[in-house]
Amino acid sequence: MTKEVVVKKSHGLAQFVATIRDEAGLTILDLGGISQENVSFLTSFGHRLYSEDLLRTLDSFTAEEDPPGGPTQRAQIEAFLVQCFDFAAGALDGVLAWDTLQYLSRPVLLATIERLYEILRPGAHMFTLFHTAERPQEVPLYSYRIGDAETLYLVPRGRRLAVQQFNNRGIERLFERFSAVKFFLTRDNLREVIVKR
Amino acid sequence: MWTRRKEEEPAGGRTASPLPTATELSREGIPISTAPTRVAEPGGGAAAVGKSVVVKGQIFSREDLYVDGEVEGTIEVQEHRLTVGPNGKVHANVKAKEIIVQGTVHGNMEAGEKIEIRKEAKIVGDLRTARIAIEDGAYFKGSIDVIRAEASKAAPAPAQPVRPAATAPAASSAARPEPTKVAAAGAETKT
Repeated sequence: MTKEVVVKKSHGLAQFVATIRDEAGLTILDLGGISQENVSFLTSFGHRLYSEDLLRTLDSFTAEEDPPGGPTQRAQIEAFLVQCFDFAAGALDGVLAWDTLQYLSRPVLLATIERLYEILRPGAHMFTLFHTAERPQEVPLYSYRIGDAETLYLVPRGRRLAVQQFNNRGIERLFERFSAVKFFLTRDNLREVIVKR
Repeated sequence: MWTRRKEEEPAGGRTASPLPTATELSREGIPISTAPTRVAEPGGGAAAVGKSVVVKGQIFSREDLYVDGEVEGTIEVQEHRLTVGPNGKVHANVKAKEIIVQGTVHGNMEAGEKIEIRKEAKIVGDLRTARIAIEDGAYFKGSIDVIRAEASKAAPAPAQPVRPAATAPAASSAARPEPTKVAAAGAETKT
């Protein structure tokens, strides 16, 4: 079976890139795991790239008795946060979260958003995607590869249960501590969101 | 045995820069727990730490080194290539001219020229290198600093992004299918 790569024009990505391209030496966190494309693209600006495979780490923390999307015990969640987000406050100049947030259970999600708020520099941006599923259901899981400033290659990685569903209002509430949330309408089933710390 | 080995050495072809002897190393205060053996197969004639060998301490090599065993400490292979084989488990900070990882590395790596991360590799650590090649399927957690030689000469203007397809290795920039779906973005809302 061949993997069918989806090519997606992304105005959200273009806007995110616009926030990081004018200054070298920034610190960017990519939560989608490592890929040659993203490393080449982001380091071409002279940035330091941190790579974290959030879902893989989540799965390593998720016990059989845990609900989908990760553990609910506070200690486990804290350990997960330390594993994924071991950064000083304000250390990050940008985060590429892709669609990973949608796969986190509510307690893990809220703790993750809180931690992201802490480690992002004020004024820094995060790019994230949300599937438009209206109820918990399996959605295509992708590896997001940056082709250029406004092109994404979505490389299939199977399917995964999207535990969280949000409408635009829900997304705004999720990031209510942040200073701005900007939505980009798309013709596919992925909403693009830029969040400003 | 010893006499015969001496006679064979010149034919080996790789005696120009022999590793320091245990006596030399101990004189420099460098602990060693085992001497690397030479293997012909995976390392292409490089010095090697075989898969049943465990080394705790510092390794300095003046020739290519192939590690398929376990190393805990530090590894320096200045001006040469370090290959961590599929069975290799390295808990060490590593410096080399070129580093190829097929196995597991926990530690920071610095390469003067290039780091290659193969698909079976698992790496946790910070990387600093001039070039990097990553195969799909590899696991990496840490930071990547790509050092550009021309950076100091270039104007302070930001670098223009290069399409990855032009710079990526074959592993990840293999032929992509034609676009199957293109999502045109529309207006944004909210601030």
